[in-house]
Amino acid sequence: MYSFEPSEEQRMLIDAVERYAVNDLREAARDAEESGEIPPALIEKGWEMGVLQASVPEQYGGFGEHSAVTGVLAAEAMACGDLAIALAVMTPSTYVMPILYGGTEAQKEELIPPVIEAEWKPYVAAITEPQFDFHIGEMSTIAKKTKSGYSLNGEKAYVPFANQAESFLVFAALDGKTQAFIVLPDAEGLTVGEREKLLGIQALPTFSLTLEDVKVPTDARLGGDDGFDPASVIASAQFTISAMAIGLSKAALDYALPYAKEREVWGKPIAQRQSIAFMLAEMAIEIESNRLLAWEAAWMLDNDQDAAKAAYLALTGASDTAMSVTDRAVQVLGGHGYIREHPVELWMRNGRGISTFTGMAMV
Amino acid sequence: MISFKIPEKIEQSVVIMETIAENMMRPVSRYFDEHEHEIPWDYIEFMHSSQKAMGGGGTLTDADKKKKKEGPSISFQRLAFTSEILSWGDVGMWLCTPGGGLGGAAVNATGTPEQKERFLSNYRGEKPVFDAMALTESHAGSAMPAEVRTTAVQDGEEWILNGEKIFVTAGNKALVDSDGFVVIWATIDPEAGRAGVRPFVVEAGTPGCSVTTMEHKLGIRSSDTVSILLQDCRIPFDNILGSPEVVTKKKKTEKGFKGAMATFDATRPLVAASALGIARATLELLKEMLQEQGVEIRYGLPRSKMTNIEREVVDMETMLRSTWLLTVKAMWLADERKANTIAASMCKVKAGDVVVKITQRAVELMGPLGYSREHLLEKWFRDAKINDLYEGTGQINRLIVARRILEYSRHELS
Repeated sequence: MYSFEPSEEQRMLIDAVERYAVNDLREAARDAEESGEIPPALIEKGWEMGVLQASVPEQYGGFGEHSAVTGVLAAEAMACGDLAIALAVMTPSTYVMPILYGGTEAQKEELIPPVIEAEWKPYVAAITEPQFDFHIGEMSTIAKKTKSGYSLNGEKAYVPFANQAESFLVFAALDGKTQAFIVLPDAEGLTVGEREKLLGIQALPTFSLTLEDVKVPTDARLGGDDGFDPASVIASAQFTISAMAIGLSKAALDYALPYAKEREVWGKPIAQRQSIAFMLAEMAIEIESNRLLAWEAAWMLDNDQDAAKAAYLALTGASDTAMSVTDRAVQVLGGHGYIREHPVELWMRNGRGISTFTGMAMV
Repeated sequence: MISFKIPEKIEQSVVIMETIAENMMRPVSRYFDEHEHEIPWDYIEFMHSSQKAMGGGGTLTDADKKKKKEGPSISFQRLAFTSEILSWGDVGMWLCTPGGGLGGAAVNATGTPEQKERFLSNYRGEKPVFDAMALTESHAGSAMPAEVRTTAVQDGEEWILNGEKIFVTAGNKALVDSDGFVVIWATIDPEAGRAGVRPFVVEAGTPGCSVTTMEHKLGIRSSDTVSILLQDCRIPFDNILGSPEVVTKKKKTEKGFKGAMATFDATRPLVAASALGIARATLELLKEMLQEQGVEIRYGLPRSKMTNIEREVVDMETMLRSTWLLTVKAMWLADERKANTIAASMCKVKAGDVVVKITQRAVELMGPLGYSREHLLEKWFRDAKINDLYEGTGQINRLIVARRILEYSRHELS
C-alpha cells in the first residue's frame, strides 16, 4: 500500500533535526561560510542527534536498524539549516555506509564501531575527481592488484577534512569497476593538497588528494578479495544529496515566501502580484514533486529493489530543483537577494553544486 | 510508514487495464481521431459490460458505493491508475468511458446518499450510460463558479433552469446517445455571487434541455464537447445536489461553491493522471523509435557525458516520474479522507506542463517522423494540450497553489 506519511518515530527524528537545523545551523551558517570554519561543538551537537548511529545495527556499535528512508528524511531536514554544516556532520556517513553496504563481516566489525561509538571524527571518503565529466561509475583513479595487495594512483577532489582525517575510504577503478579501499592518512604516496576554494559550501573544509603508488594490503579492499557491488553506494550517494537539495530548496522557499508577503510595491505586497505568486507556487510544486523521487529511491533500496535508475532520476530532478528554486528565491528578493545579508545568495551558490556533490553524504 | 508499494488489488487491475489499452484502444486510436464525433461503441460496450460484472460505476470511488469497504480505501488511487493507463491507450476514448465521469464525480462529491443511489444506480443498467458536468459559460471559464449566469428558479416542486453552457465534455453522450445526466451549475440568487451557485442534475430527455453545438477540436476528437441550452427547463426539486434546506432558509452559504471545489479535488488528480498517461505513451514510443534508429539511452551518466537526446529523455523521465508520484499522493490523501486541495492543484499544474513539454519535444526530436500522421506522436501532441486547459487551466491552478501556500484569500490574490 502507498503511504506518504512518515512513522511516529521518523516524525520525532525529523522534528528534532529540524530544530537543530533552524535554530543552530541557520544561525551559524553565514559566519561559518565567511570564515570558512565550523564551530566543532556545532558538528558534535549534530553528530549526537544520532542519525548515522541509529541506522547502524547494534553488532557494529549502532543502536538501530538501517533505513534509507529515515536517512533521507533526516538529511533533508538537516540540509534545510545549512548544506555545508550538514555535510560536515554527515562526513563520517560516507565512510561508514559503504562499509555497511559492501564490507565483509570482519570489516564491518572492525571498522564501523570506532567511528560510531566515539564523538564525531573525520572519517572520510574520497570519491570525486577534478574532471568536468567525472562519473562515479567510471573512476580515473586506478587501483592495480599487486603481490601483497593493491596500489592506487590518481587525484581526488572535494575530500572533506582531509588534513585531519582519521582514515580514508578511497574509491578507485579496479579493472574498470568502481571499488573502495581503506587508506590510512600516513600512507606513503598520499598527499593532501591545499584547501579548495569553491563557489559555495565554503564552511566545509575540502581538499584535493593525490595518490601516487599508494600501497594498501589485500584486506583494505572493501568486500575483501571479491570486492563489492557499488550499486547501493552509488544509489545512496545520489538520493541522499537529492534529499539535501530538497532541504536546501525548502529553506529558500521558506525564506522568500514571508519576504514576499512583507515587501510592498505600489501599495501592496509583491506576493499579491501574480508574477511573484506564481513563482512561489512553482517553487513549491517542484519541491513537493521532486522530494518524492528521493523517497521512492530510498524506499526501493530498503526493499531490496534495484534503485539505480530511481536514484539517478531523483538526482537529476533535485539538482534542477535546487538550482531553479534558489535562483527564484534570489529573484523574489530582488536586489536584496544579491546582498550577503540575506542567505538566499549562499543557497543559490550551494544549489549550483548539487550534481557535483554526489558522494559527500550517504544514508 | 512511507511506502511506494502498489496495492495488490491495483496491480491486478493494472494488468487488465493494460490489455484493454493495448488491444481495444491503440488499434483504433488513429481511426477515431480522423473520424471526429464517431463513437467507439465497441470499447464502450466492453467497458460497460465488464463494469457491470464488477458491480457498476467502475470509474467511481468508494464514496459512491453503498457497500461498506473493507480495509483502507484505495479507490481514488485505483482511479488514478485507470486514468493513466487508459489515457496511455487513447485519451479521447478514455473520456468516452461510461459509468461515472465528471457528472458522477460531482454527484459523488456533493450529493446526499439518496441522490447518489438515484443517479448513479443507472450505471448498473442494461445499456451504457454517460454523465457530464456543465460549469463553463461563454463569458467565463476560470472565473467559475462565481460568475454563473445560468439561473435556477424554484416553482413549487420544480426548478426552472435557463441559460447556456459550453465546453461540456461528453455532453452529447450523456443527453443524446444515452439515458444519462448532466450536472448543471446554476445560480439560485444572481445577487449572491458564488454563494448562490448550486449543482443541479438534468437527466436526458428533459424538455427544455438541448445540445446545440458540437465543437471541432485540436485533439481528443473521439470525445464530444458540446454546448447545452436550457430554455425553461423544468426539473424536480430534489435534483438540486446536496441538502435543499440551505435554499429554503435563504441562507447565503458558500456550500455550492465548496461543492464545485470538492469535485475538483478529485477530478484534478484524475486529469493529471490522464495527462501522464499520454506523456508515458509518448516517451515509450520515442524511446522505441530511437532504438530502431540505433540510439540507446544510457542512464546514470553525468550530463557532461550525455548526448543531447539522452539528456532530453532523462529529463522527460524525471519530470514524468516526479509528477506521477505527486498525483498518486494527491489521490492517496483523498483515500485517507485528508485535505488534498493543494496536492490536487499541484499535480494538475505540473502534469499539464509535463505532458505538453514531452509531447512537443518528442515531435521535434523525431523530426519528419514526429510530424507525420503515420505515427501517433503528432496526435498525442494535440491530445496533450487539453490537460493544461480543462479542470482549471495551469494558471488558475497556480493561483490556487499560491493562495494556499501564502495563506491568502481570493480577495488578496487574484
